[in-house]
Amino acid sequence: MLNSLRLILFAALLSPLLAAAQSTAPAPFEDSMAQRSMACTHCHGVQGRAGPDGYYPRIAGKPAGYLYNQLLNFKEGRRHYGAMTQLLDPLSERYLLEIAQHFAALQAPYPPPLATRASPALLERGRQLALQGDAARQLPACTQCHGQRLTGVLPQVPGLLGLPRDYLNAQLGAWRNGKRRAHAPDCMASIAKGLAEQDIEAISSYLAAQPIPADSRPQNARAAQPALAANTAAQECGGTAVAAGVR
Amino acid sequence: MNKQNRPARLKAALLALALALVLVTLLWRELREQRPAAERTASPAPTGQALIERGAYLARAGNCMACHTERGGAPYAGGRGIATPFGTVYAGNLTPDASTGIGAWSAEDFWQALREGRSRDGRLLYPAFPYANYSRLQREDADAIYAFLRSLPPVARANTPHELRWPFNTQLALAAWRTLYFKPEPFEPQAQQSPAYNRGAYLVQGLGHCSACHAARNVLGASNPLDLAGGLIPMQNWYAPSLTDARQAGLMDWPLADIVALMQTGVSPRGSVQGPMAEVVLHSTQHLSQTDLQAMATYLKALPASPRPPPPARLAQANTAGAALYDKHCVQCHGAQGQGVSNAYPALAGNRAVTMDSTVNLVQMVLHGGYPPATAGNPRPYGMPPYWVDLSEQDIADLLNHLRSSWGHSAGAVSAVDVQAARSRR
Repeated sequence: MLNSLRLILFAALLSPLLAAAQSTAPAPFEDSMAQRSMACTHCHGVQGRAGPDGYYPRIAGKPAGYLYNQLLNFKEGRRHYGAMTQLLDPLSERYLLEIAQHFAALQAPYPPPLATRASPALLERGRQLALQGDAARQLPACTQCHGQRLTGVLPQVPGLLGLPRDYLNAQLGAWRNGKRRAHAPDCMASIAKGLAEQDIEAISSYLAAQPIPADSRPQNARAAQPALAANTAAQECGGTAVAAGVR
Repeated sequence: MNKQNRPARLKAALLALALALVLVTLLWRELREQRPAAERTASPAPTGQALIERGAYLARAGNCMACHTERGGAPYAGGRGIATPFGTVYAGNLTPDASTGIGAWSAEDFWQALREGRSRDGRLLYPAFPYANYSRLQREDADAIYAFLRSLPPVARANTPHELRWPFNTQLALAAWRTLYFKPEPFEPQAQQSPAYNRGAYLVQGLGHCSACHAARNVLGASNPLDLAGGLIPMQNWYAPSLTDARQAGLMDWPLADIVALMQTGVSPRGSVQGPMAEVVLHSTQHLSQTDLQAMATYLKALPASPRPPPPARLAQANTAGAALYDKHCVQCHGAQGQGVSNAYPALAGNRAVTMDSTVNLVQMVLHGGYPPATAGNPRPYGMPPYWVDLSEQDIADLLNHLRSSWGHSAGAVSAVDVQAARSRR
């Protein structure tokens, strides 16, 4: 009796350990894109949901055309990050497209935005620029190309929500000083060159603080079209970009 | 005392003068051969679609595009910088643009560049362009590559001036270098060997310019085009392992089919290619014919083994920190017994890349991860993540010591200082 009690006690004590051992056991190998792209998710987070230190952007659910273009941009020297370039150099364009499509198809939930430390005035400035632009300085609103909900527009305009402030700051800065480029017509570069440093800080702070809408998927281009019609330049730019499409 | 030394000093001065004269004569001979293009006999350039296609194939075999294309630039329009210990050399525009490319070049000019390392205007070319290898080309092959390059769309892109330090930026320094290290040498087939062996030797020593990476360079950057005993690739921080040492990348014990598979697909039952070799497979060898790959494999397999180096002074020791890191980061793909996953992740147990004396490639793999090339034969490779975010130099040393002492391995020890050195030599 005592012995069996001891045994039960022992088993009870042991079971959490066994469970722990089970949860840390390596996931079995599978012939899948998730398995193949573990080189990506190590930094970009499980399922591409975002990296550990606020600098590796979320890639899950972004439009495939956008992701594919970024992979090409790293490979062809329009974006600069040694670790990315070195990983991508031996890969074919066809495989890069498959990787882009894999992450675009992942509809992983977003974490809530981090609490912002930006002043209300700065956030308000960011809100104005993001949602209304600045007609006097010929700055279109972010929403004109990135969708009314700022969740991106298919097939290749990325969403701007759920990204860390540091990442947004770095990207806008890189667009502004020419370190980050896109295929022609590179409209984002010309917009960023019109931004002052304080504008970038305001936009990044505002965007990083926004909650994610219930439907976080990128809009399709047709639905976003009326928004584009308000600004001829943006429409032309967006239209050409869509036509340039996935090579 | 001075008087006694006078005859000795005179002798020394005369000897120095004689040496200087010899040197000047040799240098003069190098520089004097700068003949204007018009003086060379202009033979009619051979043309034809079949020739162009053969040229395209041979340009693949030489991987000309890898250096002669800027990242994101027009193919063959030049501009890629090749970092060397002496500065950066920029590859030239090979498209047939009349003013910035080779539009005005004759087949003879092109042949002279490949065989003698001289540009059309007689300027000596930098040996980052591996003309010690290309001097082994047959004239027909040079003409075919010329015909192919002439068939490309012309791209107006002025050549980027080299950024070399003095004195390496002078023609005189190049003349001196060539006097010491370069003589055009045509390929000599070996009568007692098979046609496949000779074809393989021709490709490996010539167009393939394998020795450009797989041979050590001396302090002036010179290497022997017949040497394949391994070397650190300058400025890239990858070690091109010896092809004449069975403990490195020697192929003497490999079945021919595995050697062919490695060059054709980037993976084989005995290992996969990574780093600079992944790009060679991607852009060059995967496109070669089965016959040529078998020929190269035949030659590489038959290379004589070099003498075994002395065993390492200090052996890697098993350590709990390294074992824990392995369980945390590596075991999922490479397995508890280092067995890997067939056709996806290489086995680490018994892997020569793990036990080789040079550890720079191991450090590169752990820091930066990588994919084998996405080739027609292996279009969807599995990748390894970069770990520079997660692991310190001491962590990497612990981990590598674990790998190098597990599964019956007994390889040299790695210290954090070694890891730092391998990491910073870029």
